[in-house]
Amino acid sequence: MQHVSPVREPLVTGGKTYHDVTQDVCRQVEAAPNVRWMAALSVALFFLGIFLYSVYRTLWYGIGEWGLNKTVGWAWDITNFVWWVGIGHAGTLISAVLLLFRQKWRSSINRAAEAMTIFAVICAAMFPVLHMGRPWLAYWVFPLQNTFGSLWVNFNSPLLWDVFAISTYFTVSLVFWYTGLVPDFATIRDRAKGPIAKVAYSLLSMGWTGSAKHWSRYETVSLILAGVSTPLVLSVHTIVSMDFATSVVPGWHTTIFPPYFVAGAIFSGFAMVLTLMLITRVVFKLEDYITIEHIALMNKIMMITGSIVGVAYITEFFIAWYSQVEFEQYAFINRATGPYWWAYAAMMTCNVITPQLVWIRKVRYSIPLTFVLSIIVNIGMWFERFVIIVTSLHRDYLPSSWVMFSPTIIDIGIYVGTLGLFFTLFLLFAKFFPVINMAEVKTILKYTVDNGPTYTGHDSHAPAPHTTTTTHGVPASAPVNYNKHD
Amino acid sequence: MTKRFALGIFDDEDVLMHAIENVRAAGVKIHEVFTPFPIHGIDDALGIQRSRLPIAAFFYGMCGLAFALWLQIYMLGFDWPMIIGGKPHIALPAFIPVSFELTVFFTCHGMVITFYTISKLYPRWRTPVLDVRSTDDKFVMAIELNDKTDLNNLSKLLRENGASEVNEKEMTKN
Repeated sequence: MQHVSPVREPLVTGGKTYHDVTQDVCRQVEAAPNVRWMAALSVALFFLGIFLYSVYRTLWYGIGEWGLNKTVGWAWDITNFVWWVGIGHAGTLISAVLLLFRQKWRSSINRAAEAMTIFAVICAAMFPVLHMGRPWLAYWVFPLQNTFGSLWVNFNSPLLWDVFAISTYFTVSLVFWYTGLVPDFATIRDRAKGPIAKVAYSLLSMGWTGSAKHWSRYETVSLILAGVSTPLVLSVHTIVSMDFATSVVPGWHTTIFPPYFVAGAIFSGFAMVLTLMLITRVVFKLEDYITIEHIALMNKIMMITGSIVGVAYITEFFIAWYSQVEFEQYAFINRATGPYWWAYAAMMTCNVITPQLVWIRKVRYSIPLTFVLSIIVNIGMWFERFVIIVTSLHRDYLPSSWVMFSPTIIDIGIYVGTLGLFFTLFLLFAKFFPVINMAEVKTILKYTVDNGPTYTGHDSHAPAPHTTTTTHGVPASAPVNYNKHD
Repeated sequence: MTKRFALGIFDDEDVLMHAIENVRAAGVKIHEVFTPFPIHGIDDALGIQRSRLPIAAFFYGMCGLAFALWLQIYMLGFDWPMIIGGKPHIALPAFIPVSFELTVFFTCHGMVITFYTISKLYPRWRTPVLDVRSTDDKFVMAIELNDKTDLNNLSKLLRENGASEVNEKEMTKN
């Protein structure tokens, strides 16, 4: 049993019926691809082409194609890896953490956010694999005896932890996402007209019929998957941060890294979710499902995590001074005032100042401003990783080996190329898969308080809904908006 | 084998919930209920037992943990001990991340595979359903018919309890 305050904004606007939800979400799956989608896909495919070319150059000529040097052995590749993994975190946060906290507004955004997670992790995985130089030997990261001799992998190494963390994270997210998709595939299957669509969605829907027993098990599975995904998502960025924190490089060797990285990941992830959602809701006409309230709520999460990140930056500086370690202090002074000061300034402006604007209600509820903010945050978070990685490395203990790092065209090509890969996957998803979890949105439909058409009286065949005690979790007083057509 | 079903079609889940109670109280056995989304309390109303999947999940998790610990302790401690950074061969704190990840990995995949297997969900070329609207906006109560069933009485019972339609359908189960 649940009470919904009448003061609360509705979760779904426009007085939708169950059938309307199906119609609105299936519309773009069933319609022929529109021109805007085709145009967007062509741009994404163009960037995917750049990616493939850059990968070809990297593999054919070797890692020398990148701007790395003896001092700066990690640069754009790891920056991009951490950036992409971080973006992925918002999807799991929405689908798992917000499920456990019973935040019902997540229902209309979780599908697309989870898809974003999976595609972001695919993009992230490209970087360490390419950095291996010989990706066809990538299976060496698994606990197989070294070249099938006698030596095992080193379980004390954070880089190996990363292998386990990222593989677990990717497969668990994929399974979670797919299991959620099965009932919606069944909906599309039962509406499908064409023979190809019928077979394709029948295969995808795994024979789902929506029987009460299946739903009961499905809910159990979702809850447990959410329960294991919550610590998982926290562990993944913790382990990513340990790639740095367990080293002895000044600027990396800090205990604050795990929570600071997790907050940063959620921060950048929500920014990316906002960017994608603001476009999706307009292009697919889903404004009634992804409402301005959703945008405001996501903005608030962005503000909180952004503030945590801001506090972490200041704490790092304080601890560098407080530690009285000369090298640690230099690493931080060099970050802020050294040759990469512009990257540091970009990071501070984008990540510390920008999210504070969200305190203003007008900004939080403004779609154009939110869109701009979300992009600025993603740029800032990219710079954060760049600052941590490159400025800590480029001036090491030995001044004779101090260098500057500059990316080559191939570095840039791979990075913008992964953006192409990401958007190609996302556009294909948005066209062929239901972007909103129909089944879940239908469960919250009655809980939404709305000014739209509501229950208008008894219709011809259904008797009055029972107004007796509510034993089934539906408040008798809940506005009923299911038969607006009658 | 071909089975015949009477299908009570409902427009609203609250009506359906009451209908389930009344139909069961009238001594009619409900074969299955198909709904477009999960309804809270429907498993109790239908007398579906609570799923034991959480127990299975816990078991898989423990298997994962045991496997991870064995993997790391056997490989680094016994099969080929190496001194890494002057630390002990079996450095348990350093084994925490991989042990945790494998626990989650086994829990998730074990449970999901079990879920699909026991629910008999697997890719099919065609999926016959009793009423295609049950994945859209209708709630379908299926009651199996045999030679002795009085269809008129059953139809009346369903309509009295709020069914907007009562249909009859044959389904070949393999």
